[in-house]
Amino acid sequence: MTIKYAMVIDTLTCIGCGDCVVACKTENKTPVGLNRDWVVEATRGTWPDLRTEFRSERCNHCSNATCVTLCPTGASHYWRDSNIVLVEANKCTGCKACIAACPYDARLIMHPDGYIDKCTFCHHRVEKGLDPACVSTCPTQCMYFGILNDPGSKVSQLLRTRNYKVLMKETGNEPNVYYLT
Amino acid sequence: MLEEILITARHNPKVDPILGIWTWEISVYLFLGGLTAGIIIFVALMNLLEKNDSHSFSANRLALWAPVVLSVGMTTLFLDLEHKLYVFRFYTTLEPTSPMSWGAWVLMIIYPVSLLQIFSTFRKGYPMLSGFFERIPFASMLVDLSERNIKVISWIAIPSAVALGIYTGVLLSAFNARPFWNTGLLGPLFLVSGMSTAAAFIVLFAKDHSEKRTFTRFDLGLIAVEIVLIMLWLINLATGSEQQLQALEYLTQGGGYAVAFWGGFFLLGLLVPLFVEFIDLLHGNRTLAILGPVLVLLGGYTLRHITINLGQETTWQEYDSSYSVEALERVNKYYDSGLN
Amino acid sequence: MDRREFIKVSSLTAAAVAVPSIFLTGCSQQTRPGDGKVSATPTVCDICFWKCAGHVYSENGNPWKVVGNPQDLHSNGRFCTRGTGGLGAYLDKDRLKKPLLRTVGKNGRQTFREVSWDEALDVIAQRMQQIADEHGADRFAMLSHGAGASHFKNLLKGYGAATFTAPSYAQCRGPREVAFNLTYGEGVGSPDRTDMEHSRCIVLIGSHIGENLHNGQVQTLTRALENGASLITVDPRFSVPASKSKHWLPIRPGTDIALLLAWMNVLIEEDLFDRDYIEQYATGFDELAQHVQQFPPEWAYLQTGLKPSLIRETAREMAKNAPATLVHPGRHTTWYGDDTQRERAIAILNALLGSWGRPGGFYMQDKVKLPKYPLPDYPKPKSTFKAAHGSDYPFASQAVSNAVIDASIGEDAHYKGWLVYGTNLPMTVPGIRNKLKQAADALDLIVVIDTMPAEITGYADVILPECTYLERYDDLRNAAERKPSLALRMPAFEPKYDSKPGWWMAKQLGERLGLQKYFPWKDYSEVLDWQLKKVGSSLEEMQKVGVKNFPRKRPMYFQAGEARHFKTPSGKIEIYSQRLAEQGFDPLPNYTPPAARPENYYHLNYGRMPAHTFSRTTNNPLLFQLAPENALWVNPQVAKQWGLVNGEPVQLQNQDGVVSNPIRLRVTERIGPDSVFMAHGFGHRSKRMRLTHGLGADDSDLMTNVLIDPIMGATGMRGNFVTFIKVETEHPVHA
Ligand SMILES: Nc1nc2c(c(=O)[nH]1)N[C@H]1C(S)=C(S)[C@@H](COP(=O)(O)OP(=O)(O)OC[C@H]3O[C@@H](n4cnc5c(=O)[nH]c(N)nc54)[C@H](O)[C@@H]3O)O[C@H]1N2
Ligand SMILES: Nc1nc2c(c(=O)[nH]1)N[C@H]1C(S)=C(S)[C@@H](COP(=O)(O)OP(=O)(O)OC[C@H]3O[C@@H](n4cnc5c(=O)[nH]c(N)nc54)[C@H](O)[C@@H]3O)O[C@H]1N2
Ligand code: SF4
Ligand code: SF4
Ligand code: SF4
Ligand code: SF4
Ligand code: SF4
Ligand SMILES: [Mo]
Repeated sequence: MTIKYAMVIDTLTCIGCGDCVVACKTENKTPVGLNRDWVVEATRGTWPDLRTEFRSERCNHCSNATCVTLCPTGASHYWRDSNIVLVEANKCTGCKACIAACPYDARLIMHPDGYIDKCTFCHHRVEKGLDPACVSTCPTQCMYFGILNDPGSKVSQLLRTRNYKVLMKETGNEPNVYYLT
Repeated sequence: MLEEILITARHNPKVDPILGIWTWEISVYLFLGGLTAGIIIFVALMNLLEKNDSHSFSANRLALWAPVVLSVGMTTLFLDLEHKLYVFRFYTTLEPTSPMSWGAWVLMIIYPVSLLQIFSTFRKGYPMLSGFFERIPFASMLVDLSERNIKVISWIAIPSAVALGIYTGVLLSAFNARPFWNTGLLGPLFLVSGMSTAAAFIVLFAKDHSEKRTFTRFDLGLIAVEIVLIMLWLINLATGSEQQLQALEYLTQGGGYAVAFWGGFFLLGLLVPLFVEFIDLLHGNRTLAILGPVLVLLGGYTLRHITINLGQETTWQEYDSSYSVEALERVNKYYDSGLN
Repeated sequence: MDRREFIKVSSLTAAAVAVPSIFLTGCSQQTRPGDGKVSATPTVCDICFWKCAGHVYSENGNPWKVVGNPQDLHSNGRFCTRGTGGLGAYLDKDRLKKPLLRTVGKNGRQTFREVSWDEALDVIAQRMQQIADEHGADRFAMLSHGAGASHFKNLLKGYGAATFTAPSYAQCRGPREVAFNLTYGEGVGSPDRTDMEHSRCIVLIGSHIGENLHNGQVQTLTRALENGASLITVDPRFSVPASKSKHWLPIRPGTDIALLLAWMNVLIEEDLFDRDYIEQYATGFDELAQHVQQFPPEWAYLQTGLKPSLIRETAREMAKNAPATLVHPGRHTTWYGDDTQRERAIAILNALLGSWGRPGGFYMQDKVKLPKYPLPDYPKPKSTFKAAHGSDYPFASQAVSNAVIDASIGEDAHYKGWLVYGTNLPMTVPGIRNKLKQAADALDLIVVIDTMPAEITGYADVILPECTYLERYDDLRNAAERKPSLALRMPAFEPKYDSKPGWWMAKQLGERLGLQKYFPWKDYSEVLDWQLKKVGSSLEEMQKVGVKNFPRKRPMYFQAGEARHFKTPSGKIEIYSQRLAEQGFDPLPNYTPPAARPENYYHLNYGRMPAHTFSRTTNNPLLFQLAPENALWVNPQVAKQWGLVNGEPVQLQNQDGVVSNPIRLRVTERIGPDSVFMAHGFGHRSKRMRLTHGLGADDSDLMTNVLIDPIMGATGMRGNFVTFIKVETEHPVHA
């Protein structure tokens, strides 16, 4: 894996507006009622001393993606030489092993046609040097996308200079969506 | 307090609110897969031990059942696939890291093996049938050949059947994402359970009394082992990750699966048959002789059913949606409606 | 990902060709978004009134997406949630499809009949003529909201009407504009002239920016946060901005004026205010100093429940960062009936901090001098809008929607006809349903022009289906802003069904009323082209660029020590308002305690949710999928006390016994034990809106206690209390 793409989301400026979800829905023409990303609101404490965090979540494009390792047909695969996890519809049997295999329940979309549809990190845009649709639409600009193994990239800088977390490190999947805290 | 909720509606079929990707089709498939494994193992054993006369059902007639039972299982497996036309994709690759991929190939070995088992026991088991069969050119040659190599066939059959039996469990235990499944004991457990159901199957259909008794004894042993394995499994969960502890709560009192598991499976599917079959051994009672094995078979299925369902409910993270599912279902009605 | 990284990618991907083909096949077989033939058309978003400019994309002729225009100051190239879902307005299957005429059906009951445009327009023209002849054209009122209304304004001014009202006044910004006009001689305007991206300290009184998704507000507030500005949020609810704040002041509802007075008290007592600024620009400071002496934080504590230490600390925080401290004037300001006074207090507080006209406070807008298309003069109306409410609301600078409705009830009512454009009055004007019914009975004609079968259409005699903003031309966007700029809205698609653009309807009616001279063109694009050519552009250019920014003509801020003349009688910032005094109102803001909360009742709090705009988007199929209903926020203690569980549906009953639709509970710590909260815009009654009808509750139903602001007539909506009625029928969805 020579390219490691990462998404970095600043929970300090994310407002939970869900624009990222609508942007994905329209950009990627996701099936009716199905979304590739979603927004979580986490509130701690009791009135009136409270902390609320907003998080835009999606597939973590794990470096160690259990959905890929457990797919019996190779339909779930890494895109080119990167950590972007894609599903090739015409190899997919719809056995749903990958759904069960994702500790983040991010393998979300059972496409009506029977194959698995998921967040692609908008590789069709990345290829053109564009940010993913959700990132380029986010009104607060709290989302960043880039290459982690390029020390000069904005995402690398952010992870060097800011506190961050990933969702459930313990899964061992090595997720590549980072949350600045 | 911690409130963690989805604030953008999410209602993905089979995933929200709880994972429900696999239902009875898979439970049946796993159950019949295990039963097949058991059948093949016993056929092989009986032939290696040359019990063709004393245990004629298991040694001579049983083999025919393996492909039948397995094919039913394969059918339900196929029913579960959402992208059916692409089922052939299982066989355009071998994915070394995917038990399912291995399983697909194991199944491909099982069929020829069980066919050879049939041929090698055909004349003894089903003289009439084999009579007709051998009218087909080369058929009798095939039968002769298999009869002569019956030991070799059995020695091949046992490991492949063991692989099949274990696979039905490993298939699930490979899912680190489902805490309830994620334990190495599922393989052995499903193998033993499969053999136990096969033994019960034989007890039900064997005519010969001594054969019935032999397999009742086998079954008692297997059930005992099964109970031990289940205990180990639960201990394993109890000493496992935070998520596995949560998974265990489904089985402890108050938990959604406590009754089904302890009452439906553990009591009715293991303890009662253990007792019943034991009594039957001592006093030989007709109804008990049927009740025992039937309960074992039901128990075998219940185990798979509970494992499949409960396993999917256990996960690393649970979010509550702040919107109602009913509301979202309007969207599909709306889009299906004629207008545009 | 910037360009340089892109170079890197391509080189790396080139290297990647070496890897086994199984990886490369990727999804190559599957077509990807944008692989087809893509086209983009400029638009100005109409999902709310921030008016962001962007492009509508189609792929192979199918609607694809709406994306902001990077040149656009309102959106900075990024649309908000609702704007991104704007396609849903065009795609909505429940849209109005044909003109509808109220008729008496066989069963004797009234129904709507689909009619041709000609028949609909003839009926309207004929009845408007009748009204003009029998009563006078000045007795015809327009109630509207949104850019498209201008075409009908032109029609009705030609016709001789004098009354034009919008809910964006008496249900929204009115008190703020009046208060700032009284103080500074200028309003705040829209887009709000807040200079947040340069603020060092921002104070939000209510103003739930983040839930309130006015794009520029969200973006500039975020920039400020990134620059380390300290945010102070005053809100009885743990709002989104509260969760980002350095100081959150969970104030007792309705007591803001007490806090504002105490803040002024501290600034003056501790001599923290901008003395030079006040001396140079303001009058009436001494009266203020005098006045606020009586309001120390200790006094305010008893009213607001906010610790004196906290009040002092936050006042000092503001002073420390002044003049780059913005005390945000808010936008939806019609709360408790003393709203003009609260806004006055905010205006004065800003003056003490010297933030008006200073970086990080309020900037001076600039706009393009766009000549009007030459039209003959309009006739002078027989009466003005004041005729409706006489000497009430002396400071109302335009017609007050609720007053217009009042003046339309009864045989001898002033108004005889309405044209309602783009406003869903039953859900928009609080507790108005009965009055609307009475008005509908009395009026000779109600024309409703809408895109959706919204509740208001049920009151209409004639319903005209307008095509959505994605299917039409409207006036150029020329908003007073940081930079003068123009933006073009043009059709991206053919009008769906039998819907038509507003300009076409207006012209058609004009011709039928003998007013063709006000519509001397075939297609409205001619008007735009004429105007654009006058400012050195053209329709052709705008169709390419969508947005054109012009250099500023005047500085954005006051220059140091610069002498300024304010558009007030005194030419100064009027801290003490002689004009208010003359009309018998407090010349300096005073605090009046809000009504006490009855036992077992809770303040009915309401606001925005990011996914929706009022009641206009809840049936938008894209946005519905994001948030299909509103939830009722209830504090866990309260839920416990009532034995209510999360997700359970309840009904609400207000102090006057009005009962709401069932609404699901969201048990959360983010609301205090004295209030409940819901987003506005849900609980639709119109069955013709198949997605949204009956889902969630409508806050306006429960607003039967309307606190009218005597100064300018705004409808205060926050004086209502509710209690719970358990719903037995349904089961909790997610207990
Ligand atoms: N997503 C979305 N955004 C919108 C709109 C929309 O429809 N949808 N509409 C736009 C329009 S037109 C407007 S006018 C604005 C309105 O948006 P705002 O101007 O922000 O509206 P407010 O009423 O000031 O803010 C509501 C907040 O006031 C708090 N509040 C309630 N009572 C009190 C009180 O007594 N004191 C204080 N200090 N706070 C209180 C509530 O808890 C809530 O958090 O939103 C704009 N933005
Ligand atoms: N209870 C309560 N009442 C409130 C508020 C609140 O928070 N709570 N907020 C107040 C505020 S701040 C404001 S600004 C007002 C907003 O008041 P409104 O502007 O009346 O709000 P909407 O509910 O969006 O109604 C808009 C109507 O315009 C229609 N429409 C949408 N697009 C078009 C179009 O292109 N052409 C035409 N002809 N019609 C169109 C929609 O279908 C809908 O019927 O509401 C005020 N009233
Ligand atoms: S669009 Fe940006 S701010 Fe809005 S929810 Fe998504 S990540 Fe957060
Ligand atoms: S998040 Fe889930 S779906 Fe995405 S790569 Fe990781 S395991 Fe696969
Ligand atoms: S559903 Fe498709 S992608 Fe997922 S594991 Fe099965 S074959 Fe692979
Ligand atoms: S990266 Fe692309 S596919 Fe993934 S969530 Fe964002 S928009 Fe959707
Ligand atoms: S703020 Fe959002 S809804 Fe309003 S105009 Fe801009 S994009 Fe459209
Ligand atoms: Mo508003």
